[in-house]
Amino acid sequence: MTELVYWAATFALGCYVIALVFSALRLWRGPASTDRVLGLDTMYINGMLILLVLGLQFGSPLYFDIALLISLFGFVGSVAMAKFLLRGEVIEP
Amino acid sequence: MMPALPAWVAIPVAVLLVISGLLTLTGSLGLLRLKTFYTRIHAPTLGNTLGVFCVLVASVLISSTLEQRVVVHQFLITVFLVITSPVTATLLMRAAIKRNVDTSTPQPQDVPVQPSSVGHEAEDGKAAADAGEAAGSPAR
Repeated sequence: MTELVYWAATFALGCYVIALVFSALRLWRGPASTDRVLGLDTMYINGMLILLVLGLQFGSPLYFDIALLISLFGFVGSVAMAKFLLRGEVIEP
Repeated sequence: MMPALPAWVAIPVAVLLVISGLLTLTGSLGLLRLKTFYTRIHAPTLGNTLGVFCVLVASVLISSTLEQRVVVHQFLITVFLVITSPVTATLLMRAAIKRNVDTSTPQPQDVPVQPSSVGHEAEDGKAAADAGEAAGSPAR
């Protein structure tokens, strides 16, 4: 039964890598700046999912903390870039 | 490598992992393939919410089985994403409306000035449609 979980995790990892490539393509050729920010946000989420499934495969609890940090900093970065595109300034006086 | 799991844990975990992979792939494919920004912003929310949720439920199942107690600290990521994902989407959408990034409608500097009344009518209709689509944007 562990073989089943192993192969399912491998399949999910392959899907996440393809999704990461797709969002990187959107980041590369997005026509507007907001498209690039959206692609970067999706790349953060996909990288976080890859780390979660790797931690599930290796049985290590360290990967969970890395995934939590990635989601936190991804949110901060995306909000900062969206605020810059909205106002022209990240922190307004 | 992980130790042996019983069947009633391994089968739901495998199903959840496969579902999560397919959902995330669908979301990113929509991000790549859809036409305008206002449709593209809807696609990755599928991977943001349901894909992460399936992986975290699988992780909770495996951790709870291996440690012989209930481990739910993986739901912290789900709660955090549920709180923060709409904030990012709202800010990005407002930025897009303000900057008018929709490439399917022509930009005002691309439209030549028509001296005839037909051109004025067409431009007025387009402006009204734009105002209806991007409510709250300043009038051009």
